[in-house]
Amino acid sequence: MSDRVTITIDGKAVEVPAGQLLIKAAEEAGTYIPRFCWHPHMKPVGMCRMCLIEVEGPRGRLLTTSCTMPVAEGMVIHTRSDVVKKAQEGVLEFLLINHPLDCPVCDRGGECPLQDQTLSHGPGESRFVEEKRHFTKPIPINDLVFLDRERCILCARCTRFSDEISGDPLIEFIDRGNHTQVNTFPDEPFASYFSGNTVQICPVGALTARPYRFRARPWDLEAVESTCGGCSVGCRVSIQASQNEVVRLLGVDVATTNQGWLCDKGRFGFEYLRAPGRLTTPLVRGEDGELREATWNEALDRAAAGLQQVIADKGPDGVAGIGGARGTNEEAYAFGKFLRSVVGTGNVDARVGDAVDAALLVGGTGKIDDLERAKTILVWAPDLKEELPVLHLRVRRAATALGSTLIVIHPRATGLDPDADHVVHYRPGEGFELLDRLRAATGDLAAVAGALQSGPVVAIVGRTGLAESADLATAVAAFAASLPDATVMPVSRRGNLYGALDMGLAPTLLPGRASVSDATARSALADAWGTAVPDHGRDTDGILAGLSDGSIGALVLVGADPAADHPDRDLATRAFLRPQGGVPRRGEGGGATEPGPFVVSFDLFLNDSNRRADVVLAVDGFSEVEGTTTNLEGRVQKANRIVPGPGLSRSLVEALGDLADRLGRSLGGGTDAMAKEIAAVAPAYAGITWDALDWGRGRDGMLAALPAGAARPLPAAPVPTTPPADGMALHLARVLYDEGTMTIAGPAFAPLVKAPILHVHPADAARIGLAEGATAAVAGPASTADLPWIADDSLAPGTVYLPFNLGVSVGAPSSVTVTPGTGGVSK
Amino acid sequence: MTSSILFARMEAHPSDSNTLSRYEATGGYAGLRKALTMTPAEVVAEVKASNIRGRGGAGFPTGVKWGFLPPDIRPRYLVVNADESEPGTFKDRQLLERDPHQLVEGIIISAYALGVNQAFVYVRGEYPRPARRLQRAVDEARAAGFLGVNVLGSGLDVEITVHLGAGAYICGEETALLNSLEGKRGEPRIKPPFPAIAGLYAKPTIVNNVETLSNVPWMIVNGGAAYDAIGPEGSRGTRLFSLSGHVRRPGNYEIVMGMTWRDLIYGLGGGIRGDKALKCWIPGGASATWFVPSLHLDEPVTIDDAGRLGSMLGSGAVVVMDETTNVVAAALSVVRFFAHESCGQCTPCREGASWLERILDRILRGDGRPADMDLLLDVCDNISPGLRWPPAMTTICPLGPSTVSPITSIMRHFRDEVAAMIPGAVTADV
Repeated sequence: MSDRVTITIDGKAVEVPAGQLLIKAAEEAGTYIPRFCWHPHMKPVGMCRMCLIEVEGPRGRLLTTSCTMPVAEGMVIHTRSDVVKKAQEGVLEFLLINHPLDCPVCDRGGECPLQDQTLSHGPGESRFVEEKRHFTKPIPINDLVFLDRERCILCARCTRFSDEISGDPLIEFIDRGNHTQVNTFPDEPFASYFSGNTVQICPVGALTARPYRFRARPWDLEAVESTCGGCSVGCRVSIQASQNEVVRLLGVDVATTNQGWLCDKGRFGFEYLRAPGRLTTPLVRGEDGELREATWNEALDRAAAGLQQVIADKGPDGVAGIGGARGTNEEAYAFGKFLRSVVGTGNVDARVGDAVDAALLVGGTGKIDDLERAKTILVWAPDLKEELPVLHLRVRRAATALGSTLIVIHPRATGLDPDADHVVHYRPGEGFELLDRLRAATGDLAAVAGALQSGPVVAIVGRTGLAESADLATAVAAFAASLPDATVMPVSRRGNLYGALDMGLAPTLLPGRASVSDATARSALADAWGTAVPDHGRDTDGILAGLSDGSIGALVLVGADPAADHPDRDLATRAFLRPQGGVPRRGEGGGATEPGPFVVSFDLFLNDSNRRADVVLAVDGFSEVEGTTTNLEGRVQKANRIVPGPGLSRSLVEALGDLADRLGRSLGGGTDAMAKEIAAVAPAYAGITWDALDWGRGRDGMLAALPAGAARPLPAAPVPTTPPADGMALHLARVLYDEGTMTIAGPAFAPLVKAPILHVHPADAARIGLAEGATAAVAGPASTADLPWIADDSLAPGTVYLPFNLGVSVGAPSSVTVTPGTGGVSK
Repeated sequence: MTSSILFARMEAHPSDSNTLSRYEATGGYAGLRKALTMTPAEVVAEVKASNIRGRGGAGFPTGVKWGFLPPDIRPRYLVVNADESEPGTFKDRQLLERDPHQLVEGIIISAYALGVNQAFVYVRGEYPRPARRLQRAVDEARAAGFLGVNVLGSGLDVEITVHLGAGAYICGEETALLNSLEGKRGEPRIKPPFPAIAGLYAKPTIVNNVETLSNVPWMIVNGGAAYDAIGPEGSRGTRLFSLSGHVRRPGNYEIVMGMTWRDLIYGLGGGIRGDKALKCWIPGGASATWFVPSLHLDEPVTIDDAGRLGSMLGSGAVVVMDETTNVVAAALSVVRFFAHESCGQCTPCREGASWLERILDRILRGDGRPADMDLLLDVCDNISPGLRWPPAMTTICPLGPSTVSPITSIMRHFRDEVAAMIPGAVTADV
């Protein structure tokens, strides 16, 4: 075949892909060539010289680096000749002359390429008797990573990663020759969301991670492959534990999702598992109005009694459930079945008012891998770097390394702007009008519209901010679907939202992406469950409204915190407002004597929502639960368990099962049973068994298929919203490190959560009269806030940007009023 | 006996040879005018016919290098290497200070021949005066219509940008120079691709030395064949040599190659100062292995003979050392330079050069060990396997093997002297 060539390695002829680097071709053909600086996902630099081999040429044998040489037909190479062996020993001796004898105190010991290659390819001794070079060691280069310049072998993997892959070139070589060192720029820490990857790829212990330093030796670690639950990209991770505690996560190199990379929030976001605030027993609210510890039996009895009371008073429709988007598919399915089959209510939603149309998210989307083949990429979505960081890396790779044309449309500058070919910043609320102008392809959008006609097109579509109507994303998806050879990827952040929706956790959806309004589907499900299946239900906004007006009397929360996560915090808080202590009351202003809603929460921590609950049940989480999750591609991946939950925490499925029994109806079994039911009830998940994922194509997951012959069902064309008439349009968007409960529970991220700052266009700031060094006052319809402000000219004039969940909220109105604030800002 | 192509004007008019008025009054820009009546291909043919070999150090035939440019990729760039940093070399400095228009005219003619509209001159940062003189010449040329848009009404657009380096020898390596010009760290690139294919900003680029291009106006006026008629085969034309060290008359000399080293050192150079004995000399810049009187004094000074004898004419820098020289100290001086200038990218040079420096330093201080004799050569072998000439490399660029040259030289010719500095060392040759 013309795309393979034959080369001879150490006397043996092998067939290898044409154009492949020699070092890779040899490795795949069974000959390992030692190396340090070469990394399969980065451009080769030939710097360490460890991979030197001899190639036969017209003037004899040439010593050359195998990482910089592509194979050619007829090439003859020698990897074990005397010359090569001397060169390898020489390079290792050179590397070791300044390398400190730190092995006994170095994290890398036991899993160190320098140790390993010295043993396999190095000289027996070093002849160096001089003083080694010295640096102050280690130095922190950011809040998560330490740098030891004495250990550094200057392979440039970390600096190349930051430049090529993550686009955060904040570490670089300084100085020259034997004094060369990696360092940060003056007064600029290594403020990258991806810094942890440099620790993983550093071939020595020069870069170490603060959360892992000195915690374990690799031979003491147990490891299991799993899927990160931090966002819906679903990166493949290896969870490593020692003495029943997770001590670190490593990225696993799968071509489909993360290619070995992780964001720092995913990589180091495990400390919450054993943080002091982690729930270890169930809690019930006592007579004094405070939560106190209880046994499982007491807590479950109380939960069942409360739910039964509400069902008796208001019927099954008086009960609602929010959540299920953070756990596994089996847990989500069990939650949905509990509500619909055991309780008999259709009020269930995994979204917290912050996602897009459920129909847009299910039914299969594009694959992340489609980015590799895209001619044009459109991103009209949240800032991927903040919400879906590794997807940001994949898009960036396509734009910078693979030549795709990148178009970014967003209310302000995003992490992808520097690498985009076209950037459009629009005023929130004017998105529909922008879409019309884009369709018309005229004026300043002609170039963008023209670029979009170059297929294959991959469109990543989502809600750019929490104050933006979810309908805009629906309209953009419809427009994108009409582009040539288009793949539309609707994105939403929460870890297993896609899985939860596939399991029916939305009022319009049944498990398996069937529609609630489809009578045949309901009937089939009813047969499978042996109970009726409700034909109606409310979404989260409707549930919160119902809790406020009393039509809903009981709320079951599964890993959800609407009081913090719902964009309209006022709505959420009003829904289950409780005065401090005393008998629970509902309604503002006091005076009312009706009891507030009955709230049962299954969670790992106390949060703004379940602090007001009647019963809080401590359940297992990531790395403590075995199951499957579904990512934004519709890819089902295995999540595995390696440590037990702390204290008395239990599996959510079992806890739900016990609660169901108390309500008089069996849930149908434990996690295994749920997994089997899913396969039976959701045809798209047929064949996706744990066995297939563990022992079959496991690592790459399995795509849940669309029903045969179905195109992706797009929701109907939405009604355009009108832009705000006066006031400032509000762009309300998430940042990666916010005050999320699990984010701030552990020590790693605490210094990374920034104080909120309002971004204002400089022209608006001048017009309003905002003073430097003073604050700005932002007013929504129900609440105001006073906070520092900063000029941001990437915003469209008439827009302000407020980061979400950093401690300041004005709800999520489409427009706000901004005036000079009353507070000063101390430097 | 010197022919004078490059130094003629400055020798005849020492006070103002760098000015446009003197340049034009002495035949300057006649070459350009003539070249513009020829086709670019005809101009290239003249340079090819001259058989001139690059004067920067590598001695690669210039006409052949010009032929590597792919025909259909634009833009192309011409970059002049004025980074002159090879220790002992100071010829380009004299050309820049005393006859910059000669270079400017050579650049414009070459740009015309190669289809280049933008040329750069990378001047080492330690040459502010030469750079100023060159910039003044560029400005004068532009004002007179020899540079800029529609040169002399020919339709040719050419611009020259003078760029200062910042003190790194490695930026004389052509790909490190290009990286530096692009604003990156001055580190050599992996070759291939070669600059003629993918050079400045990844476009086809020709990098030539100052002296090389300064010859082009003469070649056009007199014909490439006339240049080819000067000197022996393989070393055509005249050549500048920077003579320094223990000679009576150090300085730059323009000579026809083929004379002997004796002629150069004792004839032109006036012999050793104080009539001391000649001990050894570096024939072609710090990267070259050393010559000794017993073996090399009566050999011809040509590019190919130097290569045959295991060294090179390199950048034309001849450093003469007399009997008072401590060869270990001399070698250390050179090795220290290379260790200091190593860019640091590749392991053998970054670590090995510094290691060699430390060993030599220890020997010089009296702390040498017997094992150091073999250790020195083995470390050298790990940088340049086989200690051959031309050198093999385990490194990215030849700076590593350059560090090896002074050490193999003293071990080959002065081994006993080295051993005498080491307590307990055995002096018997291996």
